[in-house]
Amino acid sequence: AYVFTFNLTFLFNMVKKLDSLWTIDFQCIRSVRIMGKTIAEKIFAAHLRDEPSPGNVVLDIDVILCHEITTPIAINDLVAKNRDRVFDPDKIKAVIDHVTPAKDSKTATQGKILRDWARRHKIKDFFDIGRNGVCHAIFPEKGFIRPGYTVIMGDSHTCTHGAFGAFAAGVGTTDLEVGILKGVCSFREPKTMKVYISGKLPDTVSAKDVILNIIKQISVNGATDMVMEFVGPVVEQMSMEARMTLCNMAIEAGGTSGICMPDRVTVEYLWPFIKDSYASVDEAVADSKKWHSDPDAVYAKELRIDVSGLQPQVTYGFKPDEVKDITDMEGTPIDQVYIGSCTNGRIEDLRAAAAILANRTIAPTVRGILSPATPAIYSRAMAEGLIKVFMDAGFCVTNPTCGACLGMSNGVLAEGEACASTTNRNFNGRMGKGGMVHLMSPLSAAAAAIAGHITDPGKYL
Amino acid sequence: MKQFNGQVLFLDRDDINTDEIIPAKYLTENSKEALKPHILEDLHLDGFNAGRDIAGKSIIVAKSNFGCGSSREHAVWVFEVNDIKVVIAESFARIFRQNMFNCGMLAIELPKNEIDTLFLLGENTVINVDLEQNKIIAQNEQGRKEEFSFTLNPFDRELVLADGWLAYADSKY
Ligand code: SF4
Repeated sequence: AYVFTFNLTFLFNMVKKLDSLWTIDFQCIRSVRIMGKTIAEKIFAAHLRDEPSPGNVVLDIDVILCHEITTPIAINDLVAKNRDRVFDPDKIKAVIDHVTPAKDSKTATQGKILRDWARRHKIKDFFDIGRNGVCHAIFPEKGFIRPGYTVIMGDSHTCTHGAFGAFAAGVGTTDLEVGILKGVCSFREPKTMKVYISGKLPDTVSAKDVILNIIKQISVNGATDMVMEFVGPVVEQMSMEARMTLCNMAIEAGGTSGICMPDRVTVEYLWPFIKDSYASVDEAVADSKKWHSDPDAVYAKELRIDVSGLQPQVTYGFKPDEVKDITDMEGTPIDQVYIGSCTNGRIEDLRAAAAILANRTIAPTVRGILSPATPAIYSRAMAEGLIKVFMDAGFCVTNPTCGACLGMSNGVLAEGEACASTTNRNFNGRMGKGGMVHLMSPLSAAAAAIAGHITDPGKYL
Repeated sequence: MKQFNGQVLFLDRDDINTDEIIPAKYLTENSKEALKPHILEDLHLDGFNAGRDIAGKSIIVAKSNFGCGSSREHAVWVFEVNDIKVVIAESFARIFRQNMFNCGMLAIELPKNEIDTLFLLGENTVINVDLEQNKIIAQNEQGRKEEFSFTLNPFDRELVLADGWLAYADSKY
C-alpha cells in the first residue's frame, strides 16, 4: 500500500507540473487523490486562494479578530502606508480586552486607536468597556466562530477557536495587516498531530489537567507547525467550554491550531446564531460532519492518552511543559490565586472553583482575584450566586479583562511572589518581573486559595 | 540581491521566548523605535548582558524553538531596529518565523551539528549569508572558516526580496 501511495504522489506531482503547461484544473485533480483528508486539510482546500510555492498556501479568511494590543500598531502602519482600508467590515471583529479600563495614557491611546478605527470603518462588532471581555471567550460566545471557518488574530491563543471545528491561528502584525486589507493569510500546508483521549476523567481532573499533561509529554515544541486534532470519547463528552480550554493551550506545545470535530455539542452551542440556516439541529449536525477528518487521513504524529489515572497537573518552572502531578507539588506556598483568562475564565470554571470555595474562606496569606472572562459569564455567575461565593470566600472580583494574565494590570506579582493561576503561560516574568506562575485548573487554584499552598483539590470536594 | 552579514550574537539556549525578547509591558508602545533599548531585556542566560553584548551585532545564532510564546511581531521589530536582520537556529516557533519573513528578514534553520559548529567559533565571529548560493559563511577572529548551505523555500525567499508580505500581497491579491 505504501508503494502504491508513493506512486500516486509521484503521478500527482507530474500532473501538477503538467498543469502549469496545460491549464488542467489543478483543484479537480487534487480531489481525486485517494488519500483521505484531515479536517484542517479540508478547511484549507475549501479556502485556497493561491499556492505561491509548493507547500505554501494563501487562504481566504472568514473572520479576523482584533484586540487593542496588537492591532493599533497595524492600524498605524496601514495609515502610514496610505492603506487605511478594510476588506470587509463584517468579517472583522474587535475588542478592547487586555488592559481595560485603561490604566495609563499609553493603554488609553491604544484603546482609542482601535475604537476610532472601528468607527471609521463601520466595524459593528466592536466591544468596548461595559460590553467587553477576553477575546477568546467573547468572540465564540457571540457565535462568530463556525465549523469549517478560517480565523486569524494577532494573538497566539487564537488556537482556542479550533474547538468549533475551525482552523484558527495566531499571527503577527504584518499578517494581521494583510488580513485586514485583503482578507487573506499565508500558511504552510498543515500537518496534523492526532491526540486521541480516552478513559474516564476523575472528579478532580479537567480539560486543563489533560492539556497540561499532553504538553508535558510532547514538550513546548512537540507540535510546532502542526494542527493538534483532539479526538476520542473524552473529547466527545466535553462541553464547548472544556474543548476551548483544550485547544487554547495547543500553542504552548507549538501547535498552529487546536481543533475538535464539530458535533451536536458544537451545534447546540451555536444554535441561536445558526437556527435560520438549518431546518433542525439534526440537519446542522449532519452538515457539520462534512468537515470531519476522513478515516484514512494521514497524520504526522499520533498521541494516545488515557486519562482515567490522571492526577491534577501543575507547572513548576518557567515553561508550560514543566509539569508535575499535584501531589508532587503539595505544600508549595502561594501568594496570589488568579482565576480567569481565555483558558479558564468561563462559567464552568467559575462553577468548579465555587464548588470548593462555598462556605470556606481563603487563607489570610493569599490574595484571591477572579476575573469572569466576559460580561455574560459575569452576570450568569451573579444569577447563579457564584459571585457571592467568591466574595464571601475573600476574593476580589474584577471586571472581565486579561490584565493579570500577562502582567499588565489587575494583579501584577511582586518579585519573589508565586501565583496559582488558571491562565496558560508561566514564562519568567509573565505576571510580573521576578514572579512565579503555577498553571493549574480552577479546582486546583481554588484549593490553593483555601490552603494557602498548592494542594490536591480532592480533599475539599 | 539583498545583503545580510555582520557580527554574530550567540544565544546558547533552547526555547527563547518572545517575553524574553521583548517583555509584554512594552507592547503599549506605538512605534518600533521605542522598543529599541529593551531588546532581550528579560533574557536569562548565564554571562549574557543585554546592555553590553548587543551593540554591533547583526546576526543571532541560537538553539531550538527560538521565538516561542506570544504572536507579538514586536519581537521581530526589536531586532530590526537594532539592525539584526537574521536569526539562525535549529528550529523556530511558527509565528516568529513567519513574522521574520513577513518583515523581509531571514529566519534560517540549520541542523543541530552545524549550529554546534557555529557556537564553537566563539565571540567575534562574522557571518555572511549568500542568498544566491544559499550559503552561510562564518569566520572567527582566528581566521577559522565554516561554510554551510541552507534551504529557503521559494515563497519565503520571495517575501525577503519583496521586502515583506504586505508589499507582496498588495501587488498580488
Ligand atoms: S487572557 Fe491571557 S492568554 Fe488569554 S488573550 Fe488575554 S493575555 Fe492572552
